[in-house]
Amino acid sequence: MKTRFAGTVDFVPADPLSSPELSERLADLAAEEAVAESGIGHRGDFPGPLFIAVPPIEIEWEQRRKIATASGANADVSYNDLIRTAAAGQFVPFHERFMFGSVANHLADKFGTKGSPISLSTACASGATAIQLGVEAIRRGETDAALCIGSDGSINPESLIRFSLLSALSTSADPPAQAAKPFAKNRDGFVMAEGAGALVLESMESARARGARILGVINGFGEMADAFHRTRSSPDGKPIIGCIRNALADAGLTPDDIDYVNPHGTGTPENDKMEAMGVMAVFGERAKTLPMSSNKSMVGHTLSAAGAVEAVFSLLTMARERIPPTINYQVPDPAIPMDVVPNTARDAKVRHVISNSFGFGGQNVSLVMGREPA
Amino acid sequence: MADAADDTAREAWITGIGIVSCLGEGPEAHWAALNTSPPKPDTATYPPYIIHKLPPLGFDKQIPKKGDQRQMEAWQRIGTYAAGLALDSAGLKGKAEMLGRTDMIVAAGGGERDIAADTAILAGLPAAAQPEAFLNERLMNDLRPTLFLSQLSNLLAGNISIVHGVTGSSRTFMGEESAGVDAIRIAVARIGAGQSDIALVGGSHNSERQDLLMLYEFGGFALKDKFSPVWQREAHPGFALAAMGAFLVIESRAHADARGAKRIARLSAVLSDRCRRQPGDVTAGLRRLWGKISSRLQPGKVAVISGASGTAPATAEERVFLAEHQDIAVRATGTYVGHAFEPQFPMNVALAAIAVSRGNLYPPDAGRTGGRASDARPADPGRGDIGGSLARRRAGPGRSALKESLRCRPTMTARGAQSSSSPDLASSRRSAPARMTTGRT
Repeated sequence: MKTRFAGTVDFVPADPLSSPELSERLADLAAEEAVAESGIGHRGDFPGPLFIAVPPIEIEWEQRRKIATASGANADVSYNDLIRTAAAGQFVPFHERFMFGSVANHLADKFGTKGSPISLSTACASGATAIQLGVEAIRRGETDAALCIGSDGSINPESLIRFSLLSALSTSADPPAQAAKPFAKNRDGFVMAEGAGALVLESMESARARGARILGVINGFGEMADAFHRTRSSPDGKPIIGCIRNALADAGLTPDDIDYVNPHGTGTPENDKMEAMGVMAVFGERAKTLPMSSNKSMVGHTLSAAGAVEAVFSLLTMARERIPPTINYQVPDPAIPMDVVPNTARDAKVRHVISNSFGFGGQNVSLVMGREPA
Repeated sequence: MADAADDTAREAWITGIGIVSCLGEGPEAHWAALNTSPPKPDTATYPPYIIHKLPPLGFDKQIPKKGDQRQMEAWQRIGTYAAGLALDSAGLKGKAEMLGRTDMIVAAGGGERDIAADTAILAGLPAAAQPEAFLNERLMNDLRPTLFLSQLSNLLAGNISIVHGVTGSSRTFMGEESAGVDAIRIAVARIGAGQSDIALVGGSHNSERQDLLMLYEFGGFALKDKFSPVWQREAHPGFALAAMGAFLVIESRAHADARGAKRIARLSAVLSDRCRRQPGDVTAGLRRLWGKISSRLQPGKVAVISGASGTAPATAEERVFLAEHQDIAVRATGTYVGHAFEPQFPMNVALAAIAVSRGNLYPPDAGRTGGRASDARPADPGRGDIGGSLARRRAGPGRSALKESLRCRPTMTARGAQSSSSPDLASSRRSAPARMTTGRT
């Protein structure tokens, strides 16, 4: 295996460990924190719907091996043996645990969200899509609040190997903490990581009426799918450019209103090149001095969670007036002549952030966030 | 786009239907089969399990590049194919400008396994000196690099973007049956609110998947040994895993009219909910949702298309609810098309739209041997099968559909959808299929 490291969350117990189990635990922790901080509703009675980005779910090797062993078929094992063993009723919990809706279902029970919870995937843009769905529901007047979560605890040998086979992962193991090198010339892929981010979204009217502390505002969002290739961006950059412009238009802002770009910035040669090209096209000359730093240089790529995790970082960037750096930036890439806030955090007042999330399958989502208007 | 003077502008209309199932391809084939043919379950592929398979599809017709087809597993090919049929049906195929602003919501599972690779690894593990190293080594060597993409849930949407050029937006909902319900619910809500003008919505599923039989057999939910209509599986419950692709083009009335599209049926409401699946919860939930739309239904012109799957107790709880509405015709399509999770609701909405546009329902027992109403509502003792008589009574063209769905725990899901004639249309005799789907237990 060329890549033997990842940013796992190994300090949160999930037993028996599986991707949906850990994803649920991480989502639960993030949501607990967000709901408590919001002060909304009552315990177990959240006054709105749940939108949750989770990794796609399937039976994993640990379960498959247990069943194969229980089948007694040894070297002659076939899926017929697995099915027969499954039907014998010794592994009932596996059914529910590996349903696509199970994580959302448990969280809806626990937090008392309203209506049918929506589990979603737009690959590495999923977390941003969850936020987008929540904003849309509030804008439609269906609800005053929404719980939006992105979570991913899907690191296991097969998931790592899958990304590795697509040559998407960094192989710079010496040391792994320096493997993620977004925007640097020697970048060689992303570092898989686990995590979760949760936001309680609320209409401005409702939040002000109850005297809630407003942590930031989602001003708008944009989307544009890319039909060029399953894993590569259109070489003309049009979908990325269109996505960013759609987000600015939806927010009613111009490029000059943006003080900081929170990029997708995975550290793959392709993503960073195309994203820089898109940002430069939208922001023009100003792109050279507009701060743009990749959170993934420090936490890795949290996949389904990334859009939500990075929305949280974006809000903190504005609130704390400090831009987190792009670390591991030692070798500038002349093709990306931009201010990536190299290696050291920078104090700055930031009015509006645009946060990009792009995913396999041509998924592009940009969120525009700002501080509470005076 | 909504005109304050014209409150019909933001109505959500179905203007394209693309469906494939064991009954064939397209609305005509489905309607003909539902009217004349007995169910044709497959018992030979995975005995003793009973599934519903697709007839051979000419994938080249909708996915012209072989290279694209090779990048997909079966569920993605089925879905990309059905999506193409829907775009053809709506007159959108090849219209780049409009496809470039068409929103997409796909309901998807995923994870289609390489059965041969899995089996070989499992067979080798018992003798491996270092099982973990053996597993890693074999995965590195045996997994095709592109397999990941053909397993990935959102890559059905990705393939539709690539093959058909739908790029306005792309969202994939997961979560079994509820994903299909919520995909349509959100698409309709967005159109109603002016957040979207036109959307491609649906999903797909492949039944030739032993990995899924295993997943469902952990809970003992798959139908085996003996086929019977979904309402008649009390003694022998289970769902018949189905292959299916179902996509709809849904658009605002204003948008449809501006481009001269044929409006097939209106989606007046899509409701969904969940419950904790305690005994009685499903019935109570259906009553609650029904109460939200019942005042808009015209007595005698309503029908229910049920998504009952044949698994207890959800199907039994749905029966309790339906028994309270003996005057409403009921058809459970699962008897014929089987149960396919994510695309089940889009398929049933498509069938409801076809019924509305034709102004009648398929008969509960036409072409079925023995004269037994195999698909009709479960008649209470001493009561006639009203569903059958309504179906045979030809009514005028209904033009609207009111959908409702109820969702409970994903593992035990029930949903309902009803469509009814719309009071704002001029026709004096409109009938309306309505639909109600109940999922697995």
